Amino acid sequence: MKNRDLIFEKSRPGKVGYSLPELDVPQKDNILPDNLKRKEPAPLPEVAEGEVIRHYINLSQLNHSVDNGFYPLGSCTMKYNPKINEDISRLPGFAGLHPYQSEDMTQGALKIMAELEKYLCEIGGMDRVTLQPAAGAHGELTGLMLMRAYHKHRGQEQRKKIIIPDSGHGTNPASVTMCGYETVEIPSDDKGCIDLEALKEVLDDKVAGIMLTNPNTLGFYEENVSEVCRMVHEAGGLLYYDGANANAIMGYSRPGDMGFDIIHFNLHKTFGTPHGGGGPGSGPVGVKDKLVPFLPNPMVEEEDGKYFFDYDRPQSIGRVRSFYGNFGVLLKAFTYIRMMGARGLKQVSEDAVLNANYIMEKLSKSYYLKYHRNCMHEFVLSGKKQKDEHGVTTTDIVKNLLDHGIHPPTVYFPLIVEEAMMIEPTETESKETLDNFIEVMEKIAKMAEEDPEKLKEAPFTTPVRRLDEASAARNPILKWEPEE
Amino acid sequence: MNHQFLPNNEESRREMLESLGLSSIEELFGCCIPANVRFKGNLNLPKPLSEMEAKRLLTQIANVNRPASSMVSFLGGGVADHYIPSAIDHIVSRSEFYTAYTPYQAEVSQGTLQNIFEFQTLICMLTGMDVANASMYDGASALAEAVLMASSATRQDKILISQTVNPQYRETVQTYARATGLEIVEIPHKDGQTDLEAMEKEIDDKTAAIAFQSPNFFGIIEDPFPISKLKEKGKKTLLISVVDPLSLGIVVPPGDYDCDIVLGEGQPLGNPVSFGGPHLGFFAATDKLIRKMPGRLIGQTKDVDGKRGFVMTLQTREQHIRRHRATSNICTNQALNALAAAAYLNLMGKKGIQEVAQQCLQKANYLKEKIDNLPGYSIPFNGPIFKEFAVKANRPFAEIQKVMVEKGFLPGIHLQPYYDGMDDWFLVCVTENRTREEMDRFAAGLEGV
Repeated sequence: MKNRDLIFEKSRPGKVGYSLPELDVPQKDNILPDNLKRKEPAPLPEVAEGEVIRHYINLSQLNHSVDNGFYPLGSCTMKYNPKINEDISRLPGFAGLHPYQSEDMTQGALKIMAELEKYLCEIGGMDRVTLQPAAGAHGELTGLMLMRAYHKHRGQEQRKKIIIPDSGHGTNPASVTMCGYETVEIPSDDKGCIDLEALKEVLDDKVAGIMLTNPNTLGFYEENVSEVCRMVHEAGGLLYYDGANANAIMGYSRPGDMGFDIIHFNLHKTFGTPHGGGGPGSGPVGVKDKLVPFLPNPMVEEEDGKYFFDYDRPQSIGRVRSFYGNFGVLLKAFTYIRMMGARGLKQVSEDAVLNANYIMEKLSKSYYLKYHRNCMHEFVLSGKKQKDEHGVTTTDIVKNLLDHGIHPPTVYFPLIVEEAMMIEPTETESKETLDNFIEVMEKIAKMAEEDPEKLKEAPFTTPVRRLDEASAARNPILKWEPEE
Repeated sequence: MNHQFLPNNEESRREMLESLGLSSIEELFGCCIPANVRFKGNLNLPKPLSEMEAKRLLTQIANVNRPASSMVSFLGGGVADHYIPSAIDHIVSRSEFYTAYTPYQAEVSQGTLQNIFEFQTLICMLTGMDVANASMYDGASALAEAVLMASSATRQDKILISQTVNPQYRETVQTYARATGLEIVEIPHKDGQTDLEAMEKEIDDKTAAIAFQSPNFFGIIEDPFPISKLKEKGKKTLLISVVDPLSLGIVVPPGDYDCDIVLGEGQPLGNPVSFGGPHLGFFAATDKLIRKMPGRLIGQTKDVDGKRGFVMTLQTREQHIRRHRATSNICTNQALNALAAAAYLNLMGKKGIQEVAQQCLQKANYLKEKIDNLPGYSIPFNGPIFKEFAVKANRPFAEIQKVMVEKGFLPGIHLQPYYDGMDDWFLVCVTENRTREEMDRFAAGLEGV
């Protein structure tokens, strides 16, 4: 049994977990005027170093992670994170580089950025890429700001509508609102792709653009993507590619060739950088030539073998954060791409797609599959059959997965599939792992039939069992407070 | 092909294809991707490297850089060379932390969840605020989110920002504001501090928030009390404060001066400078504003057996539930950086946070006085400084930079690109990592330029 007390509960007066050298300059006590001084010390915990270490190691052991088990969380691409990348990002030549150092001292870092930009342009079929956005959602916001700047520049400020299919990620409409735009949702057709008729109806001179995930969140490649691009362009809109699912298409299809004007990549999904428990990620945004002038400042340029930051870009939307992006993450993606090469990346997509189809086919016997056709790197299974026949929900099913050491798929998304389980195995899982997953899922389906009441109580073996989320939201306790 | 990151061999691939009734991978892609959008060629990327070659290449490129860590650095501007205790990297290197994702499944994410809950608590302790979120991308984007939040909470769209706020933060706010149509009014500085008269003149019923920074970009600790009092001149005006988390070891916390939203750059808390990222923004507010907050919030609850546990909560604010009505589009936080920050605060503890702040204060003021006494240099501003200060030189900064870099020093940030009339001014940052001997040599070096 791990000690799960909060660090604050382990605190005892006088303990320290640090050491600092003695102050080597004469101490002056009149620097801060009294009214600017802190009256009561911040009540941070008092614990020794070893206790802090044990605290966190115990905490770490309560987590499921890619390194300790299968993590088929749909649209999140929980692939293996190569260890060399951790070493590279810690090299003092990178980790110790201050962002205000001059260009002549940071040529190596600028080279990494310039080269990575080239690779991403090639993979996405785009003309230029900004590496500044810190995450996928940040990339989306940046991309929409670019759209806005583009339309404004052309005197088309009335364009405020962004079309999003009903299978789109929740971030898409949230980003749209943050950019001062309005979302227009269109339905999917009976094959899970964009309904061209519905699209036609909403296209007019108020449309700024469309945001598409391709393959979409159902795992299907949009069959009519060229036609969609043609229609939206004809109406004067731009096309935004949400790169969340780009792991499916490397070397097989490029958003730029499909007709997209703006794309974002999630380096933490497609290019093997770790998810960090929810960040840091990185969301570079690629654009076609016509949007390049609007990209955030600065861009990295090269002249005669010397790299520099170009700030002299009067049409730029400005910066979307401090400095140049999550540089440590960029390094990892750079290293990953260099170790995979073109053939390797293509193999990544092949294995990711094959793995997904293999599971889908096998599980279609015991679970309901709303759209039964070949998928790309992920697919959406449904717990509808178990719900209708045995009163067992998708939540019950996936909670039991936890007892088998498997992280659940993304659940109840996309919204257009009832009792959805979005499964993305990624290419870094072996057939043996997939077979085990299939076996476990079948076992759970059987349990739903034979002992549905028991299943509703899962999980049984996790560090905590089902948590009362309703009361957490009703009566929020968002920090520890000492007992009175 | 076989690759160290790809566990399936040809036999497995063949078996899987067979089970699908397919004979080749081409058949699978052929039926999914329409021919007219198939990429025909081969991606033009450099040939793949073995791990050894990759490490060699990246090490070579790293060696082209001359990192601040190999020099005596006086660079700050929001990101600085603070000491990082050894324990921290060992904690963030636990792959149970760094290879997990957003804690969607609370039962198997208690490590991440409890850490964020503790992080939220630590930030509240430091800032004196009621509630803190799980972290933001960085300080600059946190300020942009704070401004949007203030506008949404007050239903007003005029924001006053002091020009003593970090220029990159202001640029970021401007970018966000242009997209949403907010009116940003920048308030000039007077003697390196917010011009309160100018700010007072601009406040009206439409003012959603006033934002200032302390210690400000020039390192000066601005008196927050008169600024806070200006809120009364507006109708529902909120106060946004940008702070250096380390300063709060000894400087009056925002919770003491009726501040509504507090944020800042968390890099000084145990995160390497890393060419500007990844770092984290921290973000705290009053209870009243909880439901307007952006970002993840972790709450305490119980499981079915009555055992304490932690969950993501108040998710109806968030994009995956609320879609276009969400308070922000932010999905993640900078969890791993927040882990480093929490570990740092726990290691330093109640005593250490005061001591490290005191060392920054004493050392920076030591060097400030020393430079003030050098011929050809002066300290242009009067206010009390924490760990940074502006220096005015009577010779071109480029020259100072060149000579000092040759001697192994990074003398500071040139202020000319960010402020009018500061041609040969630069910003010097002194952390606890600097020694008296380094500072004495630095001052001697400056004198010799």
